[in-house]
Amino acid sequence: MRIDCKHVWEHISAYIDGEVDAGLRAQIDRHLETCEICSAILDSTRNVVVLVADGRVFELPAGFSERLHTRLDKELERAGP
Amino acid sequence: MTASNPEFDTDCIRRILAGEKQLFHELIRPCERSIYFLLYSLLRNEAEAEDAAQETAIKVFRNLHMFRGDSQFRTWVLSIARNEGLGRLRKAESRREESLDAITDDQGGDYTPAFLTSWREVPAAALERKELGAILRKAIEALPEIYRNVVLLRDIEEMDVRETAVALGVSEGAVKVRLHRARALLQRDLAPKLKGFAPKRARLFGWGA
Repeated sequence: MRIDCKHVWEHISAYIDGEVDAGLRAQIDRHLETCEICSAILDSTRNVVVLVADGRVFELPAGFSERLHTRLDKELERAGP
Repeated sequence: MTASNPEFDTDCIRRILAGEKQLFHELIRPCERSIYFLLYSLLRNEAEAEDAAQETAIKVFRNLHMFRGDSQFRTWVLSIARNEGLGRLRKAESRREESLDAITDDQGGDYTPAFLTSWREVPAAALERKELGAILRKAIEALPEIYRNVVLLRDIEEMDVRETAVALGVSEGAVKVRLHRARALLQRDLAPKLKGFAPKRARLFGWGA
């Protein structure tokens, strides 16, 4: 069975995460071989996922950990032995 | 991010409750990032998220005896963080434009992707350029809240579907649907902006924009 573009988009996220079953994966793969648009959408979506996961995009504010543990020390002290 | 180690957690909690309180620093350390980014995704303000993260850590310490071990420690911690964040949002809600339940899962919305064939991949090395990171952060911050949370936990903190569902108090199905929509919205928003960061490539079929 041939699936259309819209069907492919619906499953792109699950496809990227390896969560589509073998039958559907094969159908999507066949579609991607001949559909330049879907294949570009898949690549670009996957690229977005890779880029946002990069540690440089979201960094903790400078000194976050030090301030947190200083505050915790006060709490631990307050709680007594 | 490193997944928490259940045996270490259980042993640590037992010892802290028995009086070795300083061990709490080590127990909470692997959860710090996730706590902060979950709160940041809810509150969208660095200072507020940091304060809420500190409050969360203190609440975790005070309620440690309540941890039952039926979920991972980090998952339990994140549900405390979520409650802390939601509590703050409720207080501030009158000042907010976006209501807490403005967008629901059954809302249709347009998730048609962007058809730019000229952009397929921006190498991660391009993140050396500060503006690329800023563009990505802005796009995530612009997502409706229910999608933003899921992206932060699944794609940025790399938590699995189950852990994300428990931490956010939603079903696993909802996590999958939200993640799919979030990625589609990000792809559409970012496609025109990231094009400029992509290496020049030969145009296929001559129809790349």
